[in-house]
Amino acid sequence: MKRENQIQIAFRKLVKNKLATCCFILILIELIFILFAPLFTEYDPTTMDTSIRLSPGFWNSAKCIPGHWLGTDELGRDLWSRILYGGRISLSAGIIFGTFFGMLAGYYKKLDNIIMRIMDILFTFPGILLALLIVAMLGVNVVNATIAISIWSIPSFARMIRGRVLQIKEEEYITAIRSLGASDGWILTKHVLKNALPTIIVIATMRMANSILSIATLSYLGLGVPQPTPEWGGMISSAKQYMYDAPYLIIIPGIAIILTVICFNILGDKLRDILDPSLKD
Amino acid sequence: MEKVLDIQNLCATFSIQKKDYEVLHDISFSVNRNETVCVVGESGCGKSVTTLCVMQLLPGNGKIKSGSIYLNGTDLTKLSKKEVRKFRGKKMGMIFQEPMTALNPLLTIGYQLRENIMNHRGVNKSEANKLALEYLEKVGIANPDKRLKQYPFQLSGGLRQRILIAMVLSAQPDLLIADEPTTALDVTIQKQVLSLLNDLKKEMNAAILFITHDLGVVAEIADRVVVLYAGRKVEEGTTKQIFKNPLHPYTIGLMKAVPNVDLDEFVIQPIPGTFPNITEKIEGCRFNPRCPHANTCKKCFEEAPQMLEVEPGHYVACHLSK
Repeated sequence: MKRENQIQIAFRKLVKNKLATCCFILILIELIFILFAPLFTEYDPTTMDTSIRLSPGFWNSAKCIPGHWLGTDELGRDLWSRILYGGRISLSAGIIFGTFFGMLAGYYKKLDNIIMRIMDILFTFPGILLALLIVAMLGVNVVNATIAISIWSIPSFARMIRGRVLQIKEEEYITAIRSLGASDGWILTKHVLKNALPTIIVIATMRMANSILSIATLSYLGLGVPQPTPEWGGMISSAKQYMYDAPYLIIIPGIAIILTVICFNILGDKLRDILDPSLKD
Repeated sequence: MEKVLDIQNLCATFSIQKKDYEVLHDISFSVNRNETVCVVGESGCGKSVTTLCVMQLLPGNGKIKSGSIYLNGTDLTKLSKKEVRKFRGKKMGMIFQEPMTALNPLLTIGYQLRENIMNHRGVNKSEANKLALEYLEKVGIANPDKRLKQYPFQLSGGLRQRILIAMVLSAQPDLLIADEPTTALDVTIQKQVLSLLNDLKKEMNAAILFITHDLGVVAEIADRVVVLYAGRKVEEGTTKQIFKNPLHPYTIGLMKAVPNVDLDEFVIQPIPGTFPNITEKIEGCRFNPRCPHANTCKKCFEEAPQMLEVEPGHYVACHLSK
């Protein structure tokens, strides 16, 4: 008996949707480029060469320096390799923690008040201010920027998951499963989580896009990833002084951010449809 | 006869805005092995609450105030949450009213059946699969191996209810609780499910506690009947006694409210008045505002009637039935 598992079914449905497939492939390509960056560029993203500063890329073939097809920045670093390495942003851990807290709060009435009030406290800070605060306390580096972004996304995530869990908890199949002798842990992981998964994925992909933007924002403000480590937001930030001489220094990392964010958003939207088995192919 | 379920003096309350209201008052009855007991009454009379008490699945604001529920001699009300969980499924299983929502929509039938079988029988996946097929056949499902791979939304209500029955039975419980399992089904499917339950009861030697408001279903399936009104037991007897010789005015009213096609005049006689709200206080017999005989008897407004055995096995709580 050959049985297709859920992932295979989801994948089959995904392939049928052209737009989602496009986004999926783009994200995959991007991931490959980013993960295997050294294979695609011969330059180190932090090596400076002031003799070739601000040289344009392939669009200006007269001034383009061979090898640096996207040009170089104000310190003569290769833009292509900086884009590749700069994509190595850490994925948001906030998704996992947010889901965890949201599930607990939604399922256990006693924990609900405690967890949600803590979330409310986190909510009272404007997001970027909270992130700034955390980075200021912990110090400016990549890890701390990620922590800041994660904490920033926990409350909204927790709140949305809690709402979904509250709804699922009241469904009759949960009572039915409980009447068959299932334990709370089993119900939470096998049934509640599974039913909340489409919601989690949609919010997570949107959040992912948001987190990329947030990290970029932090870096732009000079509190994200410190120089000389490449980071898309940081690159835009440092390029703003050369905006008129070398606009591509802003445009190219900008395009990278936009492309990633759009792909994640579309994919998230389509995944929700795909993961609902009652929606036919 | 061996009592599988024995409910004694059960009182349950619901708290609404920090006030406790009694929804079940002094309910006692038992279900023997190889017997079907039907609990009948209007919506809101406490039928479902009784089953939830037995399963220990009352919602957060409900609690059992006093009384005991013995299942195979163990008092469920005295067990911890963890211990009760071990009884659920294995010793008592429940079939729900709405088959359309009682299965997890995101998991295949096979997964849900296997999960339950593996949990209760302690077998591995392939054996669980075999057992799942066996039980699907037992409840009369054609192409069981095809069904195992399907999702609940691909199946009709009747099929889902059969699958739920298979799921409950696969844990081999001693007590089967069915909370209006046929209400959401059309009449032909209803008939099939009822005869299935009848056959399974004989085959598995189980006890069935059946909740319904449909007297046609009662006639079809019950060995004994318990009539509830506003959280109180008003009459209990064998199906024959209840149908041939109903004594409580409420039971008589219920019988009259069933349309009879044989009569030339095709009329339903409803019971006048409405069901009391649980927050309402009624002195004496709870049925007195709607009872056709109450104005002839002063006692009905003064004291609550006691259970009397009028003939062997036939009990009634009414001042007028002496």
